[in-house]
Amino acid sequence: MSAAGDGDVAATQPSIQHHLCVFGGGTPSLAPPSTIAAVLETVTKHAGLRGDAEVTLEVNPTPVGVAKLADFVLAGVNRFSIGLQSLRDEDLRVLGRDHDSQHALRTVEEARRLCPGHVSVDVIFGRPGQSLACWEGELQELLLVCDDHVSLYQLTLERGTHLFKQVHSGELSLPGEDIMACMYESARRILEERGFLQYEVSNFARRGAVSSHNMGYWRAGQYLGVGPGAHGRFVPRGEGGVCREARTLTLEPDVWMREVQRWGHGTRRRAELSHTELLEEVLVMGLRLTEGISHQHWKQFSPGLDLQQVMGVSAELQELQERGLLILDHRGLRCSWEGLAVLDSLLPPLLSELQAHAHAQGAVGRTTGSE
Amino acid sequence: MLLSLICARGYVVPFARRLLDFRISKIIRKKHRYITACTVIRHRWMRNAPTIYAYSSRVCSSQSDKNIDMSKFPVENIRNFSIIAHIDHGKSTLADRLLEITGAIAKTDQNKQVLDKLQVERERGITVKAQTASLLYTHQGSTYLLNLIDTPGHVDFSYEVSRSISACQGVLLIVDANQGIQAQTVANFYLAFEAQLTIIPVINKIDLKNADPERVEKQIEKVFDIPKEDCIRISAKLGTNVNQVLEEVVKRIPPPTANKDHPFKALVFDSNFDHYRGVVANIAVFGGHVRKGDRIVSAYLGKTYEVNELGILRPEEHPTDRLYAGQVGYLIAGMKEVKEAQIGDTLFHQKHPVEALPGFKPAKAMVFAGMYPVDQSDYTSLRSAVEKLTLNDSSVTVQRDSSPALGAGWRLGFLGLLHMEVFNQRLEQEHNASVIVTSPTVPYRAILSSAKLIKEYGEKEITIVSPSHFPDKSQVSDYLEPMVMGTIIAPDDHIGKIINLCLNRRAVQKNMIYIDEHRVMMKYLFPLNEVVVDFYDRLKSLSSGYASFDYEDAGYQTADLVKMDILLNGKPVEELTVIVHKDKAYSSGKAMCERLKDSIPRQLFEIAVQAAIGSKVIARETIKAYRKNVLAKCYGGDVTRKMKLLKKQAEGKKKMRRVGNVEIPKDTFINVLKRKEK
Repeated sequence: MSAAGDGDVAATQPSIQHHLCVFGGGTPSLAPPSTIAAVLETVTKHAGLRGDAEVTLEVNPTPVGVAKLADFVLAGVNRFSIGLQSLRDEDLRVLGRDHDSQHALRTVEEARRLCPGHVSVDVIFGRPGQSLACWEGELQELLLVCDDHVSLYQLTLERGTHLFKQVHSGELSLPGEDIMACMYESARRILEERGFLQYEVSNFARRGAVSSHNMGYWRAGQYLGVGPGAHGRFVPRGEGGVCREARTLTLEPDVWMREVQRWGHGTRRRAELSHTELLEEVLVMGLRLTEGISHQHWKQFSPGLDLQQVMGVSAELQELQERGLLILDHRGLRCSWEGLAVLDSLLPPLLSELQAHAHAQGAVGRTTGSE
Repeated sequence: MLLSLICARGYVVPFARRLLDFRISKIIRKKHRYITACTVIRHRWMRNAPTIYAYSSRVCSSQSDKNIDMSKFPVENIRNFSIIAHIDHGKSTLADRLLEITGAIAKTDQNKQVLDKLQVERERGITVKAQTASLLYTHQGSTYLLNLIDTPGHVDFSYEVSRSISACQGVLLIVDANQGIQAQTVANFYLAFEAQLTIIPVINKIDLKNADPERVEKQIEKVFDIPKEDCIRISAKLGTNVNQVLEEVVKRIPPPTANKDHPFKALVFDSNFDHYRGVVANIAVFGGHVRKGDRIVSAYLGKTYEVNELGILRPEEHPTDRLYAGQVGYLIAGMKEVKEAQIGDTLFHQKHPVEALPGFKPAKAMVFAGMYPVDQSDYTSLRSAVEKLTLNDSSVTVQRDSSPALGAGWRLGFLGLLHMEVFNQRLEQEHNASVIVTSPTVPYRAILSSAKLIKEYGEKEITIVSPSHFPDKSQVSDYLEPMVMGTIIAPDDHIGKIINLCLNRRAVQKNMIYIDEHRVMMKYLFPLNEVVVDFYDRLKSLSSGYASFDYEDAGYQTADLVKMDILLNGKPVEELTVIVHKDKAYSSGKAMCERLKDSIPRQLFEIAVQAAIGSKVIARETIKAYRKNVLAKCYGGDVTRKMKLLKKQAEGKKKMRRVGNVEIPKDTFINVLKRKEK
C-alpha cells in the first residue's frame, strides 16, 4: 500500500489482517510524521493491520529527512528504505538528486540506529562515465556502512528527463552493454562474498532481512494501491467480486485529491485479470526470484495446467534448459545464475507457450482460476 | 529523303563511336561541315522568305484558333524541334517563355514549368514524361507551326529521348552560363549529333551574377566543335533574347522532309494513358495524312485500330480534323494498354502498308529492384498503385515476387537508376504508398556450356535477374555483365579523388580532356552494377557537388562473377544471396557481414555471420551473446507496463524470420536490403 488515502482502504473487508504497509513512490518522507501516523491509524481501523506488520517508509537522504526519522518511528514506521543511489557527489548531481554523500551516510546511520536490521539502501549502477573498477570500489565502501538489505538498480533513462536529453545529445555517455553486464555480475559476486543472499533480480539480504513487502509482489500476492498513480492487484470481495482486478489510480495529485473528495476514491481504471493474465503475472514476477516458482505455488493459481505442461514440447524452451538458463526440476521452475541476468529474453517464449496452452484450454481456466 | 536520313542515324551503335569521341575530332569536324552546309541551304531559303516580323501572340489569340485547318501548314512552314539540356539548365523555363510568346499560354507569373506536369518533375527539376506543344509563330508574314517536342531530361530515358529526337530536325542545346557544359549536355549533344540534327546552342541564365557566357562559348567550341558565333545568349527567366531563339528556329532548322502525297506513315514517340479514352499516342506524321475514322495498323503488333480522335497539343489537346505530313500531334484509336502504343513504333494506313521506321526496340530493363509494402495489409492498394503507374510507363517491367522476410511484393525492372527513383517517388507522392525498395541489381548473362541446361532454357545465352537462377560455374563457359560508358565532367582539383573512385568501381578510363582551363571531361567504361548503387552520390560528395555524371548503354562484357551466400550460424539466408564480381566479393561480403552485425539484435547465444562463396567462407563477423537483459526494477506500478512490453515481444517473436536458431526482425532485412537513403 502506498501513501495516504481512505476510500480504497475502506472498501475492503476489515476482517482480513494485512501484514505490511509501504509508503513509497516519490518522496513520502517529505510528509510530516503526523500524516503518516494518521494514515496508519486509518489503515489499522479499516483494513486491519496486524501488530507485527512490516511498515516501510521510503526515505530520501536529505538533511530534513534525517531529522524526522525518529518521529516516523514513533508514528509506526519500522523499516526504512533509503534512496541513497550513489556515494559519489558528482554522480548524485548528474542524477539530479538534492543530497550529497554525507547526507546519505548520516541518514543510513540514523536509520540503522532507529531500526537495526530493518534498513535497506537503493544504489544505482551504470551511471554516466562510471567504470567497472569505480563501481566495485563504491560498492565495497557502501558495504562498510549499510545494514542488511541492498537493492541494486541499473540506471534506466526515462524519456523526458534532463539526463535522457544529455545522453541523447552525446553530452554524457553511459557504459556499454557489456560493461553493464560486468557491473551487475561483479556486484552479485561481491555481495555474495559479503554474506548477502540474492533473492531477486535486484534485491539482496543477509541475516534473513528479506523485504516481505516486495516478496508479496513477486509471489503474485494481493495488494492495494492508494494515492496518486498507485497500482493495486486484488479481488474486490467487498463488492462480491471473485476475480482479481488490476486497478490504477489517477496520476495527477490534485486531480486525484479532488476525485477522492467527490467520489470517495481515486480509481481511474479497473480491469479484471483473466485467468491467463493472472498466470502470466505469476510467471513473470515469480521468475524474478532466485527460488523461482515452486510447483506448489503454481498449483495455487493453475490447478489445471502444471509447469511441466507449460514448458511442454517447445524446442526453444528445451534449448533454454539445455543451455542451462532455465531449470525445471522437482522443486519447480527457476532461472539459473546466468539465466537470471537474461530473464527478459526467457520470458517471451514462456509467455508464448502459456498463451498457446490457454487458447487450447479455452474457457476452462476461467472457473478454476478464481481465488 | 528523310527516310534515308533516319536510316543513316544508327541508334544502335553510338557507343563505339562515342568511345572514340575525342580521338576522331577530324571526323567530327567533317560532319560539322555537313551541318554547316545545311545551315547555308537554310540561309538561302530564308532569303526567299518575306521580311515582316509578327508574333503569333498577337495573330493567334485563343479564340481565333478554335478550328485550326491543319492543311494550312505545308511542310515548309513546319519546324520540329526539341530542347535538350542538363538538369536545371533552364529547359522548362525556356519552354514556358516560348509558349507565352506564341500565345499558347497566357503570360503570367504562374507559368513555371508548364510542360512539367508531375510533382516529381517540378521538385527534381527534371522532365520525366515528354510533353509536346505546337506553337503558332508568325515570322515575316508567314505563320509557322513550331512543334516543340519536349524530351525526358535524363539518360535513363535516352531511348525515349532518341525517339523524340527522331521526330525533330533540330534541337536547342541549352547550357547554363555559370555551370557550363555538364555530363548530360554531352550525352544529349551526341544523341542529337548522331541523329544529324541542326544544333542551336543556347547559353541560358546570362542574368546570373557569376555568368560567364564567353567561357561557355569556348567550351562549346572545344567540345562540340560548334563556332561560338552560333551561340545565342539568353535569359529564359527574364525573357532576354528569347524572340531571337524563335527566329533562329525558323531560320536554321530545316522543315521536315515529308510528303503529304505519300501513304500515311507516323512515328509513335510517346504515349499516355487516359482512364476514359484509353491510350493517347503522340505521333509525328512522316508521310500522307490521317483523319478521324481511318483504320490504321501498328507495325510492331500488326493490330488494326480505328482513329477516334486526333489533334495537336497546344500543350492541351486541341482536336483537329486531320494531321498532315510533317505535323506532330496526338491520336486516340481505341488502344487499351500503353504497350499497344510502344514508343518508336510505326503506324500506317490499313490499305497502304509501308516499311516500318527503323530503330525501334522494346524497352529494356537495366536496373532491377524488389519492392514490398511496408505493411503487408497494404499489398492490394500498392498493387493497384503500381498498375496505375505502369499504365503510363510501358518501360517498367513488373514481376510478382515474394520474400520470406518481406512478404509479397514485386521485382521491378527499370531503364536506369533515376527512372527507378522517379517511379518510387511517384508511387509515394501520387499514390500515397509507403514501400520498401531493395538495393538495385543489374541483369547478368551466362553463356551455357551444359547441353542439358541449354536444352532446358532453349538457348545458349541466358539472362539472370535473380541470384537463385545463377547457374553453376561448371555449366557455364562465360558470365557477362552489363557495361556503361560514363561521362564525368568536374573541376580539375577533384580529379585525383574521382579517378580513385572510378578505379574502385572497376572502371577503365577511355578518355580525358580539358574542356576549359579548369574543367575536365573523362570517359570511363563502367560495369553497370558499380554505378547503380551509390556511385553518383559518392561522386557528388567528393566533388562538393561540382561533378556531373551521365552514362549510356555499352553492351555486355565477360566478367568473373560468383554467387555469394550469407550464412547465420552456418545456415544460408536466401534473401541475402547476391551475385558479385570475384574481385569485389571480399569487400562486399565484409560490408554485408558488418551491416548484419550492426542490425541483428544480440541473442542468448553467439551468432556467426559469414559470407561464403560455395563452401569457402570469405568474411566473418560475430555477434556476441548478451549476458544481461533484465529490467532491474519491477514493482507494483511497473507490472502492467512490463507485462505489456513482454507480450509485445512475444508477439514480435512470431513475426520474426528464423534462420536456424537465429531470429531476425524484419527491420534487419529492411536495413540490409534497402537502398540507402542519401
